[in-house]
Amino acid sequence: MSRSTRLSRRMASLGGRKALAAFITAGDPHIDYTVPAMRALVTGGADIIELGVPFSDPEADGPAIQAASERALAAGTRFQDVLDAVARFRETDDSTPIVLMGYLNTVLAQKAFAERAQHAGVDGLIMVNLPPEEAEEFRRDHAGQALDLVFLVAPTTSEERIATIASQASGFLYYVSFKGITGADRLSVEDVAAKLALIRRKTDLPVVVGFGVKDGETARQVVTVADGVAVGTALVRVMAETTGGVDAVTAALTARVAEFREAMGH
Amino acid sequence: MRKVVGNSVSKGSNYNQPSEDGHFGQFGGRFVAETLTAALDDLSALYERMRGDGEFLAELDRDLSEYVGRPSPLYFAEHLTRHLGGARIYLKREDLNHTGAHKVNNTIGQALLAKRMGKPRVIAETGAGQHGVATATVAARLGLACDVYMGQEDVERQSLNVYRMKLLGARVIAVQSGTRTLKDAMNEALRDWVTNVDTTHYIIGTVAGPHPYPMLVRDFQSVIGREARAQILAAEGRLPDVLVACVGGGSNAIGLFHPFIDDVDVRMVGVEAAGLGLSTGQHAAPLNDGRVGVLHGNRTYLMQDDDGQIVATHSISAGLDYPGVGPEHSYLKDIGRAEYAAATDDEALEAFRLLNRTEGILPALESSHALAWAVREVPAMDRDQLVVINLSGRGDKDIMTIARRDGIVL
Repeated sequence: MSRSTRLSRRMASLGGRKALAAFITAGDPHIDYTVPAMRALVTGGADIIELGVPFSDPEADGPAIQAASERALAAGTRFQDVLDAVARFRETDDSTPIVLMGYLNTVLAQKAFAERAQHAGVDGLIMVNLPPEEAEEFRRDHAGQALDLVFLVAPTTSEERIATIASQASGFLYYVSFKGITGADRLSVEDVAAKLALIRRKTDLPVVVGFGVKDGETARQVVTVADGVAVGTALVRVMAETTGGVDAVTAALTARVAEFREAMGH
Repeated sequence: MRKVVGNSVSKGSNYNQPSEDGHFGQFGGRFVAETLTAALDDLSALYERMRGDGEFLAELDRDLSEYVGRPSPLYFAEHLTRHLGGARIYLKREDLNHTGAHKVNNTIGQALLAKRMGKPRVIAETGAGQHGVATATVAARLGLACDVYMGQEDVERQSLNVYRMKLLGARVIAVQSGTRTLKDAMNEALRDWVTNVDTTHYIIGTVAGPHPYPMLVRDFQSVIGREARAQILAAEGRLPDVLVACVGGGSNAIGLFHPFIDDVDVRMVGVEAAGLGLSTGQHAAPLNDGRVGVLHGNRTYLMQDDDGQIVATHSISAGLDYPGVGPEHSYLKDIGRAEYAAATDDEALEAFRLLNRTEGILPALESSHALAWAVREVPAMDRDQLVVINLSGRGDKDIMTIARRDGIVL
């Protein structure tokens, strides 16, 4: 699928630059933080924003992102709040792609999801528990044709299946760097390099590597073989650990993202 | 693309579900993180081979008869029948199995699969602790390492089973996230499995989860219905009018129902936990008061709010305290082959006491929900009608809970 979307345009315009996808959970610790935090990610050098949709049962996430989801839900965050945050962000930034990341059930529960998401300015979806076999039906009944569906490829994904996944995916492929949950410290650059070589034989889509990209040094090593990295837990931790209100949190976020950006080159 | 059969299937005849890719109509499927797909493919392939493998089936049969103690009796509950004054009531005595519930039928089968996969470790989720005990039991016997995930709230209300699992050599991991009950234990077990998938088999305890679990757990539990069918034919010379079983995830119910599914004149009733009452929202009855969604790898009816968040459930019975239900039950509901009623905490307790006093049998609180349906409905039935109730487990584990409600400190 080669439509022109914010995501495809951004990936195409990177040139030699490696993509930095930055994740935070919407509504963590309160929805008032979300738009300033998104802007802070861009200021720090993020190319793509992955906005986590809080869910009661985040079965693929480690403790840090689980806790972020729980904080967001405890603060009363609803799906419409997430879309409203995207729309407010779009008032000042019309070029940074926004990908909602989360679990199917929160999307399935929405009426007119595709229209509302596009209207707000969402560009794509990463649904952790959506298999490519269900993608066609999911597009037809829920996601519509305009949003990019980003799929995950895992260390255990067979070669044949990589091709199936790539045929359903658009924007980029998200390579899960190890067997495990978000935030675990198990990434091996050699293993990632070997699998990426396999993936590139099956698809021309850019490949972004996530799970376990914990610091700038890891990011630097990963982008020697990947088109970009996704950083989540490290940023969610900054949000959880920084006291002093919105300004302090956004400053700390920008600084942390900049560390990754610096290590990956500009 | 898969063939969509959906509601076009006639009411149960020549029933052949799930489809090759694990769908029961619109339900079921395999909605999991990509990392797990390969393990699920491997498990499916192995199971396809084993279900026709004479040696495997012989080993399974031998374990079920010599270790579990099958067949379990189908007991004519003469005194309960007389007390209620309606249909003749038979109890399928799964409470007499080794470890005290139907759960072991499945763990025996899955442990044999784990052994053939050469995986040295098994994990399980548990609510009331019966599945955890049944898993720890087979793990002890086969020399497998065993970790059981259990919500902190359940660890507290089922302390007897926690200690039992420890005696069996299992590690019990108390889960602190979310609502700290069965669903959160399942989340944590999935996180463990995705991390240790090379060395670990996840023994899911009910007919939920991603394909092939709903199918293979059903198949292992179907020994209940196969036996009951032969036993009622031997005792009465005909099939029963009604089958009744409690439904949390629904493994004991599907085990009883499945062998009767083409007998379209046999009515099948699943009984969910109505908790404090269906109208209060404080219950665990997704088939009565839920909406279709995706959780724990499958599409099914779920207890959720209008924003797609899974809501906290309530039941006096930890084993029914789950916001989802096996996808095949959702399918059987939608095609009208089975019906799903509900019983409140109070109704279950009343039935619990009644069975103790009339038959000298201590039922699990889960099974007491099925009994409660009978207490409500059987008096209006004809005396020549036959009802088979699945007594899925025994109630020793619940004595503390009930004593506490009575204000008694043991």
